Amino acid sequence: MKSATIQLDTLTCPSCSQKIEGALRNLDGIDKDTIKVLFNSSKVKFDFDEEKISIDEVESEISMLGFEVIKSKVK
Amino acid sequence: MQRRILKKKNLITLISGILIAIAFINKFTIGNTEIFHWALILASILGALPIAIQAYQSLRVKVVSIDVLVTIAVLGAFLIQNYEESAIVTFLFLFGAYLEQRTLNQTRSAIKELIEMAPESALKLMENGEFEEVDIDDVDEGDILLVKTGAKVPVDGTVISGEGYINEASITGESVPVEKKKGSTVYAGTILDNGTLRIVADRVGEDTTFGRIIELVEEAQDSKSEAERFIDRFAKYYTPAVLVIGLVVWLITRDLELAITILVLGCPGALVIGVPVSNVAGIGNGARNGVLLKGSEVINDFSKLDTIVFDKTGTLTMGNPSVAEKEYYGEDIYEALRYLASVESESDHPLAKAVLEEIGDIELLPVENTEVVKGGGIVANVDGHRIAVGNVKLMEREGVDLNENARADIDRFEKNGNSLVLTAVDGQLKILMGVRDQIRPGVKEDLQRLRKLGVKNLIMLSGDNQGTVDLVSRELGLTKAHGNMLPEDKSNYIKKLKEKGQIVAFVGDGVNDSPSIALADIGIAMGGGTDVAIETSDVVLMNSDFSRLPHALGLVKATARNMKQNIFIAIGVVVVLLYSLLFSDWMNMSIGMLVHEGSILAVILNGMRLLRYKLRK
Repeated sequence: MKSATIQLDTLTCPSCSQKIEGALRNLDGIDKDTIKVLFNSSKVKFDFDEEKISIDEVESEISMLGFEVIKSKVK
Repeated sequence: MQRRILKKKNLITLISGILIAIAFINKFTIGNTEIFHWALILASILGALPIAIQAYQSLRVKVVSIDVLVTIAVLGAFLIQNYEESAIVTFLFLFGAYLEQRTLNQTRSAIKELIEMAPESALKLMENGEFEEVDIDDVDEGDILLVKTGAKVPVDGTVISGEGYINEASITGESVPVEKKKGSTVYAGTILDNGTLRIVADRVGEDTTFGRIIELVEEAQDSKSEAERFIDRFAKYYTPAVLVIGLVVWLITRDLELAITILVLGCPGALVIGVPVSNVAGIGNGARNGVLLKGSEVINDFSKLDTIVFDKTGTLTMGNPSVAEKEYYGEDIYEALRYLASVESESDHPLAKAVLEEIGDIELLPVENTEVVKGGGIVANVDGHRIAVGNVKLMEREGVDLNENARADIDRFEKNGNSLVLTAVDGQLKILMGVRDQIRPGVKEDLQRLRKLGVKNLIMLSGDNQGTVDLVSRELGLTKAHGNMLPEDKSNYIKKLKEKGQIVAFVGDGVNDSPSIALADIGIAMGGGTDVAIETSDVVLMNSDFSRLPHALGLVKATARNMKQNIFIAIGVVVVLLYSLLFSDWMNMSIGMLVHEGSILAVILNGMRLLRYKLRK
């Protein structure tokens, strides 16, 4: 398991967090209990299994929803 | 395309608002139905666009958000050609979102500034024995780092060589530089004013004091509003329920208009705007009265408050020492004041500043043969006189005779928590001044008001010694007061109170308070404090005006009540409407619409009462 922090472009609508969380929940390999969308700091934090999913795949899923990914950190 | 529409949401809101205004002005003047309808149709389509896009995006990830609810309602209204409802609902929904966004952006700008204060790079000792600039993420515990003048300390660490002065304002709120030499601890985010230091990294990144402050702020800022969650939860079951009812009615009666009427009636217009209206009115009243409230969640928690914890310095007291009491002895006092001012004007001691402020404008004389007596004061020659300014010890050293009268005054001043400044001219005591950090005027009455509003415990935590703390506590009639507290002690104390199930507010003003401000259920920053404290907090009292605190508490209580009333009105009206529609024959669309619009008007008017809210004395 690795934990990731993705910095997004400013989130402005409160339901954005719901949408991003909903999208991540659908992805295999992400620990659903660790998903945290920080609305004010426009960040997404979660733990994931590298063997099942890559950070790039997660990023592209989020961009598909219309939210721009600025940078991501995995450790 | 979708993203471009979402980006232009504010413009869309404005245009749709103007169109609605045109429609209604026209209706009541020219009375042209064509213009009326087309303006509203245009407003509906324009306004519904961004909402529908958001609804589509949430449905795609299986979330029934409030956007979906509104979109369905608007489509329903549009289908039965009720453009008035569709236009107004979309406009109010967008306008509410706009207001929310404005407060949000303000909250954020300061958090951004805080995060930007974090160090980004470091000079690290490499294997080849040279220092190289590396990204902060590449620094590990145990690395040797070089900090040059003007640079930010990149990690929490220990000095291994070099000397310098560090400005630790970002951690302690204290802007006077602190001397650092071998063995001293340094903190990430502080700035080396001068000198060069070699340090070994003890804690890096998120583990540093500064990193923890940032993380606390982020976590604290991103908890969701209770009212928001309530409405989301409610809408999750409510929308499908209304849809199902509409569908069932349509299947049974084959009456499309009735089914759509249910959708229109079921559209929680009053619910959608009820909470935001109370919120905006409450926050608006606060802003007008020097109280910044950060969102509806804050309002909810704050209204249930039972304990307030104060950081003494700069909160209950003035925060800078001033002359509180004084006594004069003998004659030629004016001359003595001139001598005192002349001597003190050459000193940068904090007591000297207080003394000079007290004396005010006075003609200064040249000072000669100045001698600074460590732990005592200053002795100098002015205008041919020997002047001694300092404490009792200095007077004794100078052989100044302190008579019974003076001794009694000295005892009294000390008992009141003053630092003493005595002035002797040619061995004769002339002036006694007591300098202390004074209690802000009106604080006592404000604390009584807070108690009246239902606050059970008033607690003071301070870095000052217990004696000083007890004095202030006794004077103000606090529940408890603890001295000698470090910032960490303070946040631990708050944690304990919270574990006991109390709802705790913390009132402070410095960065060192940030963890406590973030940790408390309600963090209250006095406006004169640092940006960080203000950003971390839930409530800001502008201009450090303490008297705003009772007003703030009264206001949030009124606002929380108001929100509940609005939710009750909104839900109650919908239930009555649906019930009447299904089980009585007097209900038709126009009556339903009237009541529905009436309920929207009712929640707005109810919310507007908050704008006039004033704390009863």
